Amino acid sequence: MARLNVNGKVHEHNAEPDTPLLWVLREQLAMTGTKYGCGIAQCGSCTVHVDGQPVRSCVLPVSAVRATQKVITIEGLSAKGDHPLQKAWINLDVPQCGYCQSGMIMAAAALLKKKPRPTDADIDAEITNICRCGTFNRVRAAIKEAAGGTKTAGLGIIHVVRNA
Amino acid sequence: MNTPLQLNRRGFLGSTAAGSFVLGFPLLGQAQTKTQTPAQSTTAAPGSAAALPPEVNAWVVVQPDDKVIIRIARSEMGQGTLTGLAQLVAEELECDWARVSTEYPTPGQNLARKRVWGNFSTGGSRGIRESQEYVRKGGAAARMMLVQAAADEWKVPASECTVAAGVITHASSKRKTTYGKVAAAAAQLKAPTEIPLKDPKDWKLAGKRMARLDTVEKTNGKQIYGADLNLPGMLNASITACPVFGGKLKSFKAEAVAQMPGVKRVLAVGDNAVAVVADTFWHAKKALDALPIEWDEGPNAQLQQADFNAVLKAGLDAETAIVGNSNGDIKAALAGAVRKVEAVYAYPHQNHATMEPMNATAKWTPERCEVWTPTQNGEAALAATAEAAGMPPAQCEVYKIHLGGGFGRRGAVHDWVRQAVLIAKQMPGTPIKMLWTREEDMTQGRYHPITQAKMTAGLDAQGNIIGLHMRISGQSILASVAPQIIRDGRDPLQFQGLNNGGGEAMIGYSFPNLMIDHAMRNPHVPAGFWRGVNLNQNAVYLESFIDEIAHATQQDPLALRRKLLANSPKFLAVLNAAAERAGYGKPAPDVNGQKVFRGLCVTHGFGAYVAACAEVSVSKEGVLKVHRIVAATDPGHVVNPQQVEAQIEGSFMYGLAAALYSECTVKDGRIEQRNFDTYPSMRIADMPKVESVIMPSGGFWGGVGEPTIAVAAPAVLNAIFAATGKRIRELPLKNQSLKA
Repeated sequence: MARLNVNGKVHEHNAEPDTPLLWVLREQLAMTGTKYGCGIAQCGSCTVHVDGQPVRSCVLPVSAVRATQKVITIEGLSAKGDHPLQKAWINLDVPQCGYCQSGMIMAAAALLKKKPRPTDADIDAEITNICRCGTFNRVRAAIKEAAGGTKTAGLGIIHVVRNA
Repeated sequence: MNTPLQLNRRGFLGSTAAGSFVLGFPLLGQAQTKTQTPAQSTTAAPGSAAALPPEVNAWVVVQPDDKVIIRIARSEMGQGTLTGLAQLVAEELECDWARVSTEYPTPGQNLARKRVWGNFSTGGSRGIRESQEYVRKGGAAARMMLVQAAADEWKVPASECTVAAGVITHASSKRKTTYGKVAAAAAQLKAPTEIPLKDPKDWKLAGKRMARLDTVEKTNGKQIYGADLNLPGMLNASITACPVFGGKLKSFKAEAVAQMPGVKRVLAVGDNAVAVVADTFWHAKKALDALPIEWDEGPNAQLQQADFNAVLKAGLDAETAIVGNSNGDIKAALAGAVRKVEAVYAYPHQNHATMEPMNATAKWTPERCEVWTPTQNGEAALAATAEAAGMPPAQCEVYKIHLGGGFGRRGAVHDWVRQAVLIAKQMPGTPIKMLWTREEDMTQGRYHPITQAKMTAGLDAQGNIIGLHMRISGQSILASVAPQIIRDGRDPLQFQGLNNGGGEAMIGYSFPNLMIDHAMRNPHVPAGFWRGVNLNQNAVYLESFIDEIAHATQQDPLALRRKLLANSPKFLAVLNAAAERAGYGKPAPDVNGQKVFRGLCVTHGFGAYVAACAEVSVSKEGVLKVHRIVAATDPGHVVNPQQVEAQIEGSFMYGLAAALYSECTVKDGRIEQRNFDTYPSMRIADMPKVESVIMPSGGFWGGVGEPTIAVAAPAVLNAIFAATGKRIRELPLKNQSLKA
């Protein structure tokens, strides 16, 4: 039995050492919030934190994560789903299908830890996750809203409704 | 004329074959998706139906505690239909929106109740526009019955009762009751036959920017997708089909992987695929990767991309073609032209690339077959289940799970459902979750059709267009997906955005002589409905070429479009709105020292009028940056403006990702691109600012999920020409040099 500290709790599992962390989370620990999208660290749907760093768990062998390291998944980002990013995500109705959004939020949370007030260039450089529904502008707005702590009308999103 | 590339092209495989978190999905009356609470939270065992609150009608269940469950027949895949349809029902129902939750009826229930919920198909941007009337009537009828039940109890005429937020009031006797208290009595009443609906002008809930009902679970990891299902006793399957379309499975050496961790079975699936079933997906995938497999690739293994391109090119000048739209005498007009403008364009195969790969969970016993799957069309999934299970649909059931993206891949053809059932059938009684790898998803797609177009315009001495010939050559989607609809080589969907009237996908321009025709050429790569469908390439061809004519005749592209749209006021209105909002005609401010240029596009599809103005810069090194794109859309009616905006943002992303990066090519009969490293998609850094002008003019219902996709690429291509003088006629842009 190997040990893994996930979301503040020590779990035991018997996955082979080369099993990617993603599949240990999903299939051994029944935490399915972290998603499989590509398996080659391209899309970022599987992003979790290991000791505060964002990692793409689909290519990280579980044996590379020591029992003393702290893994945080979307399920453990906040106790009540009320991380500033989660609140901003809800305020701006960011998700569409939602499948990539766990990874998107985890990547954004790691960015905010490193840079509490990220610029557009910071966001462009650090948020490299793929979303096929096209939520990017709301993702950007929500990161800025969470960083600023104030509600916005949706940065970079301008809409006009005209009635005939 | 339908000229297959070769006689033995693949038979339309799969086209005719065509919750609760514990076993047994939520029964009707137990909400599946709840506002502010986790989805699929119910764990009630099947069979507890007796305890359920009665439905007022097929669309509405009211619980004794006044909670309202609205049933949604269409699938939620991110497009917001779930929330929009609930708004329409609730608008007429006059219930308390804060207490609304939703649930999916199952396709089996729809079958058993003579399709009381109508069509389940969720594609063609039809979710709201096609069902709005009957779901509003469902809400209104339920309201009438609830009010009648209160009136009966009070022995007063129903006309003296008023209702607001689920509270019924009889003012003169000062009596009040709630929907929850009268729901059981209302359920016993006969449904009204005359059901008047509100004028959309009077809407209080519909037409408003209501928050989505499904957002919270998508921010905390609790939303369950098909790939996340976990049923008691379930095993996992990883599958691979012959990489050459039309090829067969020859043999495999199960014994080579039988001892690998977790492996339970190695199975042939149909005649062209093999699967490993194991305790976990990871074990199944590892064993499948190690499994020695021999394919009978068949003659298609000789086919190369260049072969298709040559066949399509020849179709551009073929003698015979199917006419989609024509007026006047194009031959005479072109023969008499003082000058001609001509250009050839090409649009590639593209994969949908939903973020959640195809998956289904199936359980088969000799008496019953059940499937849990993300699907855009539960009824088609049920039909595929029944056929693969070898039993009547009445003995089968499909439970729809939230989709991790659809884009058309999960709609018409349920090849993955068939596979899951064929696996489960070989392991009776055991639920099997089959999940495709990304590589399987990329190489076993139902691709955006490949076409080319030759555009020819005849001009008179003043530069007026006296005739336009648009020859499309290439692949028909329906020939792949529903060949029975093809008659005499005619695929009616081929001419989306080019039709003469009809209200679904029309051409706005008037030409004195016009010919739009199609030479069908079907490669062996299966085509499918890809979000935006044929409007995508048709808009690239027509809207790029209108720009080419404008430049060839020294006219402003906006001025020329306005002239040609003189008889199409709704086209003109969206075009003008996009141009004005973008500031077309005035110089755009530089961005980071780069000059910014604009390009336009206007089209009609899925019943809606859309236009776009894109702003781009191209550096000396050829680096393209799309800075801003302004959309204008007239979908007739708007049920939730913020969801329309989200669809416009998403449509630009989907259309721009396609224009910039997306291309599937064939080598030795198989698709070369296997993952996001070779099939890139857009990331946040590529995403332009999006502005939208939503201008519903009423009187019709258009879609919003797709039409904006089609205007993305042409607007950008036209802006690139404005910036560089280079006319890009082949997509994707990643293959083109924009260097000065």
